[in-house]
Amino acid sequence: MPLKAVILIGGPQKGTRFRPLSFEVPKPLFPVAGVPMVQHHIEACAKVPGMKEILLMGFYQPHEALSRFLVSAQQEFKIPIRYLQEYAALGTGGGIYHFRDQILSGGAEAFFVLNADVCSEFPLQEMLAFRQQHGDAHSFVILGTTANRTQALNYGCIVANADTQEVQHYVEKPSTFVSEIINCGIYLFTPAIFQHIGEVFQRNQQELVLYPYRGEESSNGWQRAEVIRLEQDVFTALAGRGKLYVYKTDGFWSQIKSAGSAIYASRLYLNQYSKSHPERLAQNKPGGPVIRGNVYIHPTASIDSTAVLGPNVSIGEGVTVGAGVRVRESIVLHGASLHDHTCVLNTIVGWDSTIGRWARVEGTPSDPNPNDPYAKIDSETLFRDGRLTPSITILGMSHLHPAPHSGASLRLTPHALSAGCSVTIPAEVVILNSIVLPHKELSRSYKNQIIL
Amino acid sequence: MKALILVGGFGTRLRPLTLSRPKPLVEFCNKAVLLHQLEALRQAGVTHVVLAVSYMSEALGAAMREQEQRLGIRISLSHEKEPLGTAGPLALARDLLAEGGEPFFVLNSDVICEFPFAVLAQFHRHHSGEGSLVVTRVEEPAKYGVVVSEPDTGRICRFVEKPRVFVSNKINAGLYIFSPGILQRIQLRPTSIEKEIFPAMAQEGQLYAMELQGFWMDIGQPKDFLTGMCMYLQALRAQHPEKLHSGPGVVGNVLVDPSAKIGANCVIGPNVTIGAGVVVEDGVRIKRCTVLEGARIRSHSWLESCIIGWSCSVGQWVRMENVTVLGEDVIVNDELYLNGANVLPHKSISESVPEPRIIM
Repeated sequence: MPLKAVILIGGPQKGTRFRPLSFEVPKPLFPVAGVPMVQHHIEACAKVPGMKEILLMGFYQPHEALSRFLVSAQQEFKIPIRYLQEYAALGTGGGIYHFRDQILSGGAEAFFVLNADVCSEFPLQEMLAFRQQHGDAHSFVILGTTANRTQALNYGCIVANADTQEVQHYVEKPSTFVSEIINCGIYLFTPAIFQHIGEVFQRNQQELVLYPYRGEESSNGWQRAEVIRLEQDVFTALAGRGKLYVYKTDGFWSQIKSAGSAIYASRLYLNQYSKSHPERLAQNKPGGPVIRGNVYIHPTASIDSTAVLGPNVSIGEGVTVGAGVRVRESIVLHGASLHDHTCVLNTIVGWDSTIGRWARVEGTPSDPNPNDPYAKIDSETLFRDGRLTPSITILGMSHLHPAPHSGASLRLTPHALSAGCSVTIPAEVVILNSIVLPHKELSRSYKNQIIL
Repeated sequence: MKALILVGGFGTRLRPLTLSRPKPLVEFCNKAVLLHQLEALRQAGVTHVVLAVSYMSEALGAAMREQEQRLGIRISLSHEKEPLGTAGPLALARDLLAEGGEPFFVLNSDVICEFPFAVLAQFHRHHSGEGSLVVTRVEEPAKYGVVVSEPDTGRICRFVEKPRVFVSNKINAGLYIFSPGILQRIQLRPTSIEKEIFPAMAQEGQLYAMELQGFWMDIGQPKDFLTGMCMYLQALRAQHPEKLHSGPGVVGNVLVDPSAKIGANCVIGPNVTIGAGVVVEDGVRIKRCTVLEGARIRSHSWLESCIIGWSCSVGQWVRMENVTVLGEDVIVNDELYLNGANVLPHKSISESVPEPRIIM
């Protein structure tokens, strides 16, 4: 059966919780477990028999990093991959509706829609098999998983018939408890979905006529009839009408909304590698650094043999790690340099940052409660006791020249050095629970601060 | 000559160290505080020292018997059944002190300085007063007993304990010499020499002040213990530089016991004291710390302004700072951060202490 996949990658106005990481690189390209976030989606889609094409959809202006990524991903996974740019933020339903002809071209009988900012096992073939058994050729499937009662309120909640798995009720982020089954942001649709989205579009147009906003933005930014949200507008309407089903998975799943969740997602993927692609993980070797647990090291990184790395560490391209360095639960991005005896815990070290000797850079883990099997990662509160308390330490990245906002292009020039250089952490200080913005050179210790 | 050392109290401000040892036996720059004092007294001709104690006299007694032999000095223990303050102990030891009819020294056991006992004795003989006390200049006199004296004679006009307004920047250094007559003034009950005895003596013109040369510190609390250590090491650099450690990775004044071992790629100092049998593994950075006997500091750790107690084990990649004090036999797990932690003996620390706190 010919299939397609659409990966929703959003745009610059979205993903503000991912700052400061998203200042420098579009969130979907941020490396998780050593590769750009959406590469995990692409790899999973490319494996599904019958997959004809993968479409990335969003409202970023086209730019170098994205184009280069598409080229290399096509080469690696041997499948056509294209970027479809929405002319404005059209919502999770509006974009696919706008590009419905592209999606259906080549006779696709069904297509997946995946949100870029989730980390998952991507049980796509299982979803296809499930659809054969439940519903019919025109049914739609939502991938669901279980959260605990409190955290479920942060997601789309699904009430399903226990035997048929038909979705009877759907509410996005309810304020009272509805269900523990939550929407994973991964869907399997047939062309019939466009009829339903079309109905929403008609309704919106009628409302606009009746209640013209005259260019005023309402509280949720609706201005256009074409802005359609799958969750609030389509699923809630389809629930209980025999068309929508939920496939529940016990496989790993997590949202990637904040920096802390990038580290958690890395852990989940690295753990998956240990089962499915152990060759991607670093091994203990004589003369090599000590590796504990799951660690990814880019082949061009240079690691002293007395360093101790892991668990859950990703080391990027060209990184140097000096003697006696300890890194744990962290992501070290391209070109960074960790000098001797440093200790890096629960931190994202940005591109080309330098950490001086004996410095300690530490964040606080923001993991779900390990004793609660259904706990999901908390959306981090940045405020505690009235003070800004970032919980993952991030050292902002360097030598990228962000153009002014509103979706203008970000020019990535990773091999040009800028005069201001990267974040520099001097020797022997402690940086605890802090966010350091790019080009900052620190001269002392900091705790619980955002350093502009 | 004789001397009385006011050991007295429980040393609560130097806890957790004083939970394992009586304060006079805590090593300051690799030598028990009391020993610094005994050696200085011995050198000034003192042959009999009385220790006024109210706490843990057995441990002290055993240590003192050993020192008696070594120094060739007589050491008596005067045991207070109830705390007698800073003057009461003189009354308790009256018979021992009055024996021989000569002037006798009295000192606080917390004081570290370049002990001027011989000069003090001479100063005392030159005037007719009943007592002489050593004064030193400090930046914050309000924490101590402040002395106002005549500049040429040194006769003390006024003695004000912990004044609330600035009176003078010369304070009572806690070192005295008295003629036996003073014993008439003191009764066997809790008495403060600073508040009750000295003001009266000053008014009668019986009290004289001699200014101290060199450094001075009351090392009764960890912060001051470390400051005093820095001063002592600096004085050592001036007078006996050969006693200080040197070599690759040594910065500034560092004192290392010969039986201690220091690993490769360490940077030690300035102002570090490493005790007997201590092991410092590779890649460790230590600044402004005292590491007591038998402790082990594992590799790649970073320590500043800490006191590491006897037999402690500090893990790898640990960072400790801001007057963190580890009591005896504390274990700190790898990769932790301790900021101003005060840890009681025999504790195992498995979580970071990012803000100053006492760990029981």
